[in-house]
Amino acid sequence: MIGRIVAAVAGIGVAGGLGVLAYAWHPAIAPIAPPASTAFSTASVEHGRVLAAGGYCAECHTRRDGHEGAPLAGDYLMATPFGAIYSSNITPDPETGIGRWSQAAFVRAMRQGVSRDGSNLFPAFPFDHFTHMTDGDIADVYAFLMTRPPVHSVKRANTVPFPLNVRLLQGGWKLLFLHPGAYRPDPAHDAQWNRGAYLAEGLSHCGACHTPRNAMGAEKAGAAYDGAPVDNWIAPPLNGTNPTPAVWTEDEFFQYLRYGVAPLHGSAAGPMSPVIHGGLSELPESDVRAIAAYLASLDQATGRQGGDAARLAAAMRTSTRDLTGPQTDPDARLYAGACAACHANTGATPVPGRPELALNNALWLSEPTNLYQVVLRGINAGEGQAGIAMPSFYHALTDADLARLAAYLRRTRTTLPPWTDLERKAAAVRATLPAPPVAASH
Amino acid sequence: MTSFRLNGHEVSVDVPDDTPLLWVIRDEIGLTGTKFGCGIGMCGACTVHVGGRATRSCITPVSAIQGADITTIEGLDPAGAHPVQEAWKDLQVPQCGYCQSGQIMQAASLLKDYPAPTDEDIDAVMAGSLCRCMTYIRIRDAIKKAASAMRGEPSNG
Repeated sequence: MIGRIVAAVAGIGVAGGLGVLAYAWHPAIAPIAPPASTAFSTASVEHGRVLAAGGYCAECHTRRDGHEGAPLAGDYLMATPFGAIYSSNITPDPETGIGRWSQAAFVRAMRQGVSRDGSNLFPAFPFDHFTHMTDGDIADVYAFLMTRPPVHSVKRANTVPFPLNVRLLQGGWKLLFLHPGAYRPDPAHDAQWNRGAYLAEGLSHCGACHTPRNAMGAEKAGAAYDGAPVDNWIAPPLNGTNPTPAVWTEDEFFQYLRYGVAPLHGSAAGPMSPVIHGGLSELPESDVRAIAAYLASLDQATGRQGGDAARLAAAMRTSTRDLTGPQTDPDARLYAGACAACHANTGATPVPGRPELALNNALWLSEPTNLYQVVLRGINAGEGQAGIAMPSFYHALTDADLARLAAYLRRTRTTLPPWTDLERKAAAVRATLPAPPVAASH
Repeated sequence: MTSFRLNGHEVSVDVPDDTPLLWVIRDEIGLTGTKFGCGIGMCGACTVHVGGRATRSCITPVSAIQGADITTIEGLDPAGAHPVQEAWKDLQVPQCGYCQSGQIMQAASLLKDYPAPTDEDIDAVMAGSLCRCMTYIRIRDAIKKAASAMRGEPSNG
């Protein structure tokens, strides 16, 4: 009896394995002669350019470590928990890029995460999002990429160890986590909401950073947009769990995604800057508005705005705390000297260009990571709110100073429990910065 | 190579990306009205405007202001007659004078945010601009006088 059960289980296992194998195995698609640029209409190429920006293709397909690579020529380092993965060359170079890929091969890669030669692509390439794009949009991205200058560039070898590097095994991952197919509009919502959902879930793949991932590197079902660590920053929650005092309304999302700064939250920084300034800025305003409307709906902004005014007022009252009159608290004095000239707000709402820390994600997240990143790196004029800059305090503040500031701001500008182990975490964030961004100033 | 506008003029400088903006302004371009104080963004003497916002130039790497509009004390007003500068002269604010260009740049920026500042507004924003001669009372008076002038109110002094 036991033997029969074992045999049955083994049989099911073999059948299942064969099933996954059948699912995982894909034929190569025959190479083509690289198409002439005249093979694509100007309108298609131009629409593809806009879509490629809105999907940040160049962001992950252009090398940044060591030296700046040619745009779209790949070799961008992605440090995943499974090892280093270097992105592919997606210029139309016949040998090292996608010059010999037919449109059918490109569509299959976007929809199913399969390379032209039939091998499975790693989900570091967010095909689990791109699968939701329409055929027309994918064709236009193809037209744009195939008309770029071909760049001969071989990427470095991935360091994903055996057996995770067996690409056939990705078939099992896809069976579990890939829901292929173009986005289907939800009739319960209007056209703008559906447009926003199409862009956010597909092309612009917001969840790739803002949804936490499971042990297999897939976005966790049931935790969509709960926020997650990414590239030594924290991608904040985009849903109702976002802790900031002011609700992320459609207009706050729109201002942030269009101009890099939300009046009642603050500036974009770090990995979010290129998303806005190199990416979404190319989309028509109506598309960014649609994404904002969709995110505000996820965030249930309308229902949560009731308590907004009171929380906003309470936060604003803390802005000038300890800044007038005699002050003996050394932490308050450090804040007054280093930060308040630009961040103190004495009115009922923040002055534009004077980001209010009491309203900012950086103080309300579960860890001080983003606060430390911004203070150490500063914000360039091309990031966040265009044309203005925050200095870098890399050489100005020690890890102990950073820890004091973080503890002080958390204590006085939020209602949340204190962060712990602050000095060690400051050192850890400092260690992630590639090189001191400011020369010793004296 | 970093390019930006300085007091309305296009400039390009060939210096390492991490060079502090203050060094570029003083040593590369030769405008010495902006002063070096502490070098760690804690005293305000090096304050200039980046995109109209008061910014500590000693800890701002030049690469961070690529394409931006920079204004120094020399460019605040072509005739040196910005209302803040006029109030500074009228009330004889400076003593040794070393911190004053930073104080004036910070004050000019303050008045854009708060056109009718109270003592609390002034203290909150100006606390990061140190004056070793302790001219703080005159600084506060001059900011209020400049605010009145900018609102077009008659002067009583």
